Amino acid sequence: MLGYLTRRLVQSALILLGVSFITFLLLYVLPADPVRQIAGRSATAQTVENIRHQLGLDQPLLVQYWRYLSGLVQGDMGRSYLQKTEVATLIASRLPATLLLMLGGIVCELLIGLTLGVVAAVFRGRPLDQGLMVTSFVAVSAPQFVVGLLLLYLFAVQLGWFPIGGYGTFAHLVLPAITLGIMGSGWYSRMMRSSMVDVLRQDYIRTARAKGLTRRRILLRHALPNAILPIIAMIGIDIGIFMGGIVVVESVFGWPGIGQLAWQAIQRVDIPVIMGVTMVSATAIVLGNLLADLITPMIDPRIKLR
Amino acid sequence: MADVADLSSPRAATAGALRRLMRRKLALLGLAIIVIVVGGAVLAPWIAPFEPDEQLFDGLTLYGEPMPPGGAFLMGTDLLGRDLFTRMLYGARTSLVIGVVANGVALVIGTLVGVLAGFLRGWVGAVLMRFTDLMMAFPALLLAICLAAVFQPSLWIVAMVIALVNWVQTARVVYTETTSLSEREFIAAEKTLGASSARILFRHILPHLVPTLIVWGTLGISVTVLLEATLSFLGVGVQPPTPSWGNIIFENQTYFQAAPWLVFIPGAAILLLALAFNLVGDALRDVLDPTQRGND
Amino acid sequence: MKALLTSTAILVASAIPGLAQEYTPDPNATPGGMITITYKDDVATLDPAIGYDWQNWSMIKSLFDGLMDYVPGTTELRPGLAESYEVSEDGTVFTFTLREGVTFHNGREMTAEDVKYSLDRVTTPETQSPGAGFFASIAGFDAISSGEADTLSGVEVVDPKTVRITLSRPDATFLHVMALNFASIVPKEAVDEFGTDFGKNPVGTGAFKLGEWTIGQRLVFEKNADYWREGVPYLDGVTFEVGQEPIVALLRLQQGEVDVPGDGIPPAKFQEVMGDPAQAARVVEGGQLHTGYITLNVGIEPLDKLEVREAINMAINKERITQIINGRAVPATQPLPPSMPGYTEGYAGFAFDVEAAKAKLAEAGLADGFSTELYVMNTDPNPRIAQAIQQDLKAIGVDVEIRSLAQANVIEAGGAGEAPMIWSGGMAWIADFPDPSNFYGPILGCAGAGEGGWNWSKFCDESIDAMATEADSFTDPSASERLKMWSDVYMKVMEQAPWVPVFNEQRYTMKSERMGGDDALYVDPVSIPVNYDYVFVTE
Repeated sequence: MLGYLTRRLVQSALILLGVSFITFLLLYVLPADPVRQIAGRSATAQTVENIRHQLGLDQPLLVQYWRYLSGLVQGDMGRSYLQKTEVATLIASRLPATLLLMLGGIVCELLIGLTLGVVAAVFRGRPLDQGLMVTSFVAVSAPQFVVGLLLLYLFAVQLGWFPIGGYGTFAHLVLPAITLGIMGSGWYSRMMRSSMVDVLRQDYIRTARAKGLTRRRILLRHALPNAILPIIAMIGIDIGIFMGGIVVVESVFGWPGIGQLAWQAIQRVDIPVIMGVTMVSATAIVLGNLLADLITPMIDPRIKLR
Repeated sequence: MADVADLSSPRAATAGALRRLMRRKLALLGLAIIVIVVGGAVLAPWIAPFEPDEQLFDGLTLYGEPMPPGGAFLMGTDLLGRDLFTRMLYGARTSLVIGVVANGVALVIGTLVGVLAGFLRGWVGAVLMRFTDLMMAFPALLLAICLAAVFQPSLWIVAMVIALVNWVQTARVVYTETTSLSEREFIAAEKTLGASSARILFRHILPHLVPTLIVWGTLGISVTVLLEATLSFLGVGVQPPTPSWGNIIFENQTYFQAAPWLVFIPGAAILLLALAFNLVGDALRDVLDPTQRGND
Repeated sequence: MKALLTSTAILVASAIPGLAQEYTPDPNATPGGMITITYKDDVATLDPAIGYDWQNWSMIKSLFDGLMDYVPGTTELRPGLAESYEVSEDGTVFTFTLREGVTFHNGREMTAEDVKYSLDRVTTPETQSPGAGFFASIAGFDAISSGEADTLSGVEVVDPKTVRITLSRPDATFLHVMALNFASIVPKEAVDEFGTDFGKNPVGTGAFKLGEWTIGQRLVFEKNADYWREGVPYLDGVTFEVGQEPIVALLRLQQGEVDVPGDGIPPAKFQEVMGDPAQAARVVEGGQLHTGYITLNVGIEPLDKLEVREAINMAINKERITQIINGRAVPATQPLPPSMPGYTEGYAGFAFDVEAAKAKLAEAGLADGFSTELYVMNTDPNPRIAQAIQQDLKAIGVDVEIRSLAQANVIEAGGAGEAPMIWSGGMAWIADFPDPSNFYGPILGCAGAGEGGWNWSKFCDESIDAMATEADSFTDPSASERLKMWSDVYMKVMEQAPWVPVFNEQRYTMKSERMGGDDALYVDPVSIPVNYDYVFVTE
């Protein structure tokens, strides 16, 4: 176990190293000059060169990358070119909003997905089941920005139940969280359904039924816990999908998270900020995958760590 | 359960699968949607009432507001006074071309990487799979946005960008399949009989991958259609004035309260097309892939 | 140092016309109350040497002061932290006398040393100020910006209340420059304490001080009770909420939760608001020192031919482009906006005439048209405007490919001279100060035409440059002779047609019912978008 963990951690570190290099390379060849953005429109050529030199942007790619990397391993993500604030501070101040949104998204997708999956499994083969499974396909086929705009239009503009975007209270969280969670809920409902169907076929369920336990008791006390276990591990993998989703969802709802930070930074080639957000997201994804791989064998003894 | 004979003769399996596929209502619904969209896209020049880029003088009110659906404009007009129905038809071309091309390229890259890694094993395989892991760790949308900025978006560039961030899943699936195939008895038998690697690869492994590839190829189109729409929605996708369902929403979204049709008609179209490919892909998986069967 | 010794006869400040000394505040103004303002984009920094965005410009104006200032709601200069000043006859030596008893938010009294420190700071390369170039006329600027010196030799502390600034050349706009945010006076000890984070912990002499700041969400400004101007500010504080879509801001304004939407009325809501008399009454319209234009790169074939550039000028239907943005602009004929001194009245510009445009193309031997590219920033409504331009040019046989890219990529392509045409929207020129010269140097003059410069037409005419230099060597910025000269400069530019001036944006903003104060304060041409120091609440 310990050996496996060490190996995986080393692998993860190498993956992150690769991600950092590829991103750095992409930003290096980007046809846009961050110094121009800093220096402003009235700058003289002299000023531009001064700034370029100060930031070390006149150095070769590898030297620049090495500098960035050696900062990074000491926990220094550099300073934003345009805001001058430390990237770590910028990300830290926006991360809570993003984490809250992701948490909301996970709760939504589990709540919707698992419920629909259980219902579908119970009514297996009947029209309700088929209807729910079509619904789940609609959920995974719906573009997030359309769902977001639709929810905004219906529940915020027309009905006025929720605020039209923004951040602060629980009411602000509802629509963005649903938007973020809806795609995953489609997947979860399908997985939950097949997992539940499997469990309901098991001998101990038959035994319970034979013993005359009520249907509800069998479902909630015996079947459900066993069916949910294999699905828990999937949450780790979700993080990768969510990281893509937040850019869109935060932009539609004006949510002050790192997705918006990244988007603004990309518009103005604020390289340290783009690097920082990419590294934080990649770390989350890698850790999520690692966690999923660690949890799976704990709940399903048939799967062994390799 | 499909038997082994079925498996080792993919052609027969495919023919049988097609028959079984046609018996599924949802798959037929999906196929119908795809046929309609493809038909609209192909016939656009003949069906469309206007030119896709034509900014009509009477397509805007005096205050520059779009026309609601009805009258001369079946789906209304957009913020430049262009006929939305016409742009939807031509937008279908963009979505399909990108969906098919991007997904095709992704499928080819994914298959190559997966097969090579699974078949060759050793350090080549290890390097390839570590690279796949690396790509998995990228926040895909951020990567796509950066790539789009570097290469400056055009239709084909957008397709390539989407392919570059989308081949990973295929590679992993193909890798798993290839490894398990290589361990199968009939491959081992061929090896002991002295068959060349190329022969094993082309005669035995690749044909057996076909069902998987068909399934992933179909499901993948739905993913690429959505990704194209998302990139265009963020303004880093297909360049104007080429219509794409995503950039129609991008151009008009500030008006989504005053003119909801400008957002929700293309939105529904994206959803339906993605849904159609998902339905067909899922049905294909059921009929082609024996390991997945028994879930319904 | 040599320049300092040449101080000759002295001109008294009051001799310069157009310089209002006092502003009569609204007699109905009542102190107290908090207001809420919203913005979409985050506030990057409140460091006056760095901040150069729409949303932080007026915030910085309220936190800091410079030696010069403007009469609220107008473009007229008035003294700020300087009580008075004197100008030498040749216009190269400015002697400022500072006000007594002005204190920073940290309680310390402001002195001449602070003025010197602040100007050194904004011009030294370490600060990386986007505004450093404005100070180029101060003696010693070249030395400090190349790193040879660490202080501006032209700024001299005479005594704790007197600063003498020597210019290396006469600069009619110098007093405007001293009123820019970049020339704000900052206390050295606070900058030293916070270092690069000064922008998040601003300390100035302004009417407000920073209370709290939750990054990405909100900022609260508190009234500076010790403000040196009597009676202002009226408000107890201002809350800025950032990250709010303009459309959300307007809906919240309609519900009474917001007092002023900082980004104005969003296009999609415009007709609704204007159609309701009760709401329309609270709409404030104002001109803006802004021009939206298309640059035509004179270094790229076939735009290097004058006839082609003229043809393009004639082919653009500016009325329709104005319609596309809901009529919230007026079609432009020349680089300067109408409210700018030096604007040429009665100049009709190039009229929209497709046939004449075709004839011009034929004259250039391009009767069959040609293909070119138009770069545009990828935020709404700019790609839409680009498509309208594309359709207009198609009518005369010019095939335009649109390149809709992130702001930074467009600026790069423009600076490198790779872009045949650029639509300026989203990066357009909004004047830094109300003087005609501000529309010339970096965007039309030879100085900006080099690699990386903002003169995206790469237009450089030495003789026009010489005229511009001459116009700027006047001592009085508003001398009619000087304004005539500037008018001539832009007319000469238009003869060469390196731009298509498309429109001048009008600003439409709105206020809640309780907001008081002159309408002009809500569309202040300098303290954009709102002059927080002078508005008040009536309840």
